Amino acid sequence: MNSSRAPNFVGQLFSGWTWKMAWRDSRTSRKRLLLFSCSIILGIAALAAVGSLGVNLNRAVEEQAKTLLGADLVIDSREAFTPEDDQLFAKIGGEQSREISFTTMVYFPRTGGTRLAIARALSGGFPFYGQLETEPAGAAADFRHSDGGALVEQTLLAQFDARVGDEVRIGNLTSRVAGRLEKNPGESVALSAIAPRIYFSMADLARTGLLREGSLAQYRIYFKLASGTNVTQMVSALRPQLEKLRLRADTVEERKRELGRAMDNLYHFLNLVGFIALLLGGVGVASAIHVHVKQKLNTVAVLRCLGSSVAQAFAIYLAQGMALGAFGAVAGAALGVGVQMLIPHVLADFIPFSFQFHTAWFAIGRAMGLGFAICVLFALLPLLTVRRVSPLAAIRVSFETARARRDPLRWLVGACIAVGVIVFAFSQTRDWRIGLGFALGLGAAFTALALTARLLTFAARHFVPRTLPFSVRQGFASLHRPNNRTLLLLLSLGLGTFLMVSLYLVQRNLLSDLIVSSGKNQPNAVLFDIQPAQEEGLVKLMRSLNLPVLDEMPLITMRISSVNGRAVDTMFSNRQRDRHRWAFRREYRSTWSDHLRDGEKIVSGKFVPSVTNGTPIVPVSLEEGIARELGVGLGDELVFDVQGVPVKTRVASLRSVEWRRIQPNFFVVFPRGSLEGAPAMQVLVTRVPSSDESARMQREVVKAFPNVSIIDLTLVLRTVDSILGKISFVVRFMAMFTVLTGLLVLVSALVTGRYQRIRESVLLRTLGASRGQILKILMVEYFALGFLAALTGVLLAILAAWALAALVFKVSFTIAVWPLFLALLVVPIITVATGLLISRGILNHPPLAILRAEE
Amino acid sequence: MLEVRGLTKSYPSGGDTLTVVKDINFSLETAASCAIVGPSGSGKTTLIGLCAGLDQPTSGEVHLDGVHLGALNEDGRARVRNEIVGFVFQTFQLLPTLTALENVMVPLELRGRNHARDQAVDLLARVGLAERLTHYPAQLSGGEQQRVALARAFINRPKILFADEPTGNLDAETGKLVIENLFKLNAEAGTTLVLVTHDLELAKRAQRIIRLKGGAVVAE
Repeated sequence: MNSSRAPNFVGQLFSGWTWKMAWRDSRTSRKRLLLFSCSIILGIAALAAVGSLGVNLNRAVEEQAKTLLGADLVIDSREAFTPEDDQLFAKIGGEQSREISFTTMVYFPRTGGTRLAIARALSGGFPFYGQLETEPAGAAADFRHSDGGALVEQTLLAQFDARVGDEVRIGNLTSRVAGRLEKNPGESVALSAIAPRIYFSMADLARTGLLREGSLAQYRIYFKLASGTNVTQMVSALRPQLEKLRLRADTVEERKRELGRAMDNLYHFLNLVGFIALLLGGVGVASAIHVHVKQKLNTVAVLRCLGSSVAQAFAIYLAQGMALGAFGAVAGAALGVGVQMLIPHVLADFIPFSFQFHTAWFAIGRAMGLGFAICVLFALLPLLTVRRVSPLAAIRVSFETARARRDPLRWLVGACIAVGVIVFAFSQTRDWRIGLGFALGLGAAFTALALTARLLTFAARHFVPRTLPFSVRQGFASLHRPNNRTLLLLLSLGLGTFLMVSLYLVQRNLLSDLIVSSGKNQPNAVLFDIQPAQEEGLVKLMRSLNLPVLDEMPLITMRISSVNGRAVDTMFSNRQRDRHRWAFRREYRSTWSDHLRDGEKIVSGKFVPSVTNGTPIVPVSLEEGIARELGVGLGDELVFDVQGVPVKTRVASLRSVEWRRIQPNFFVVFPRGSLEGAPAMQVLVTRVPSSDESARMQREVVKAFPNVSIIDLTLVLRTVDSILGKISFVVRFMAMFTVLTGLLVLVSALVTGRYQRIRESVLLRTLGASRGQILKILMVEYFALGFLAALTGVLLAILAAWALAALVFKVSFTIAVWPLFLALLVVPIITVATGLLISRGILNHPPLAILRAEE
Repeated sequence: MLEVRGLTKSYPSGGDTLTVVKDINFSLETAASCAIVGPSGSGKTTLIGLCAGLDQPTSGEVHLDGVHLGALNEDGRARVRNEIVGFVFQTFQLLPTLTALENVMVPLELRGRNHARDQAVDLLARVGLAERLTHYPAQLSGGEQQRVALARAFINRPKILFADEPTGNLDAETGKLVIENLFKLNAEAGTTLVLVTHDLELAKRAQRIIRLKGGAVVAE
């Protein structure tokens, strides 16, 4: 026996003859094979573009970190800096710049618009790196002088139709708009929708009259240090002192880390969405190869008769699969390079810095590798059949090829795909639960669609009434006859529908939950920073405006000084980074009340409504989450430092709080009679019937009480809507890749099924069927497929949206009906249209011509 | 050259076992020729499939050129097919995407021979197809296709050639031409020939005739 032939498979795969044979064998099917590879192109393009984005984002963060902070070091505090603090700052040295920021109402007298904004009083040269981009450009310098005017963020100007040069009022300060703030290094545009910023000179701050005892403000000092200073080292040396003074330091390194993490999350999320497109493309490849292999079974049998080994025959077709994957990968990468140009525009609102887009070849190579691997793995599923082809098939025409023997290798490939999906999901989420959830969810969606397909074929076989017209019965019969494409089409159409509809539903749910909580008698405006002396006048004003005072409560700032006798200051070692630390060190804004409010529920202990003045240990109610963070329970003792006065308390009850309600919520509630003497700001809650009324109320309040701030729920809703809209645009952009992949799979499935269709319809036409009848048969089949895919997709989407609402976002679940009907209408129409488009040759040519052409 | 002992093949069919070939014994010397005849369903095709190592018998043994096929695995049998056996099918079975020339070259290429071209051209010329080298099967008539198949069957200088109704799909005239070619090549190469046929005229040209009925040999 000639032993020169290498029997091993790997050897065969790299033999030139295998590739030559693969090339020859593909002669009549190259166009179709290229079409198959299209299904993975979009997935690879998405991953390549997103991967490239990730690299670019990281590089931008790296390059622009200094601009992002605007300084080498930032120190901030919730309280005004003390002389002790100033000593420390003097020791640190360098060039310094100070900022005090607080929320307040800004008012534009010319147009009468007013809303809550973040006011920032600035002194010194911040930003030291990068610059405030303004229009006119000179405004960035002008506003720093006393009476130099204010820089107002463009969103705010646009909202009230205000212009540069207009008068603007901040508290008691009347200034003018010196310039439009277009870009502020380190802060994203999306954030400005929530709280637009307005900069003015520190020299004008006193004239606002807004900063008084107990006002909420943030005090910042920016440092530009001598170049070469090791800031990280310096900060860690200063740490004990910073801790003692309750100062927080932020360095470029830290900012870089935080931003990098945020960008990573964004990038990983987009990657996952892109991956779904790739997987669906994989399914498309598997099904196309399945058809391809079926047509090649006879060739394989003949080759086996002529003495080819199993490995040789298998290698030929695997080579085709690999070539297809390679082509898809290259084409996908090329498209990805194009798509990546789009992505910065799509994400513009979410990235707090500008960046140059360079093609990241490594990321593109990685996407190509991943796409290639997915393509080959999915192609292997049907290709494995080649190994089982008996040479006997060449001499026996009716030889049964579809032996349902279990192939362990097929299970192995399936397992590889499953593990691959889980590993990929894990690598992106870094959280095994989410990773597994993603993989399982995807698996469940695939399974549900596959089951529907099974059910549909079963029903088409058994439950189609014989009384239906011939063409309708034929149409349904197409769903179950051999070589039907029912499963594949349900998968590709269903998955696309599922993704799009669930995205829509989730967005609606998040919004409608906010709308529901703004129901009829719910408060929708909160007035805060009310000084005790203003309370009476404000209530009177509300009455005159015909607005109800739904609730009123004091707000007292305090800190925890000890827990069960242990002083908080001694609790944490200097270097230790404890995630619970914030709960101990934060500033608490507490209230006292003799009743629980809507949305609050006692989960353990007993709520004590009031105590007599002078009670030594005050029974307080803690929110359950913060109690967990603090590690305290019923009966534990906490001492609060209420602006210098120690107040001993005991945890008497734990409450659950619905934080999503637009109303002031508190971690700690004191009983009546315990804190009346403490300096408090008042909060008042009301309901305005319309946004016009709301605007009028805000104008009146700001005119009479410039220091009072107002949160307008209708504005919050609009803001959340616009942010969700932006997010869902990004997600939809990525989901489009899956939907388009679904369409490509649809097209390639129809093209592969075309030959069989042609034979059948030619036969029917030869037997005398009219074009109309054949058209009807096709339409019935495509409509049934499209409709059921849409129905399953929609049902899955409802399930997924419910699960996300209930388990992840914890919002109530509602369904918007019309969009669902729209999906049920549009998907079948697309399916029928595509199907008829691809089948048009069947109807337009005489039977004989088709028989010859396809033979 | 070919020795068949107690060859039996059964398939499970429904709940029953269907025995297609029953206890067949015969042997052929090198360069002998033999025709297997019998009505449809008598087991002819199954028998040569087993003889050529395309399938495994339920019981019994086939020895080809002294090699016990039952002792080989599938790839071992594939090697035997490639190096000892030639095949001609009723339905020609040319690979549709390969030209006539490429089809003829495949068996040698499977052996790892890259210079099969001259030999293939020569063989095609001998069956009268020198002008048709680059045609695809679909561009050839039935008789031409079967002559390409003959060239393919002989290119690896087989020691034994199995022909399964080689004229079954051809008209009488064309069939005759193919048969002439078959016997010519066979005589030149000294190949053992096993023919399955319905055609008694054709069968008579073989040195020996085995008649099958219901899977068993009824006459020699």
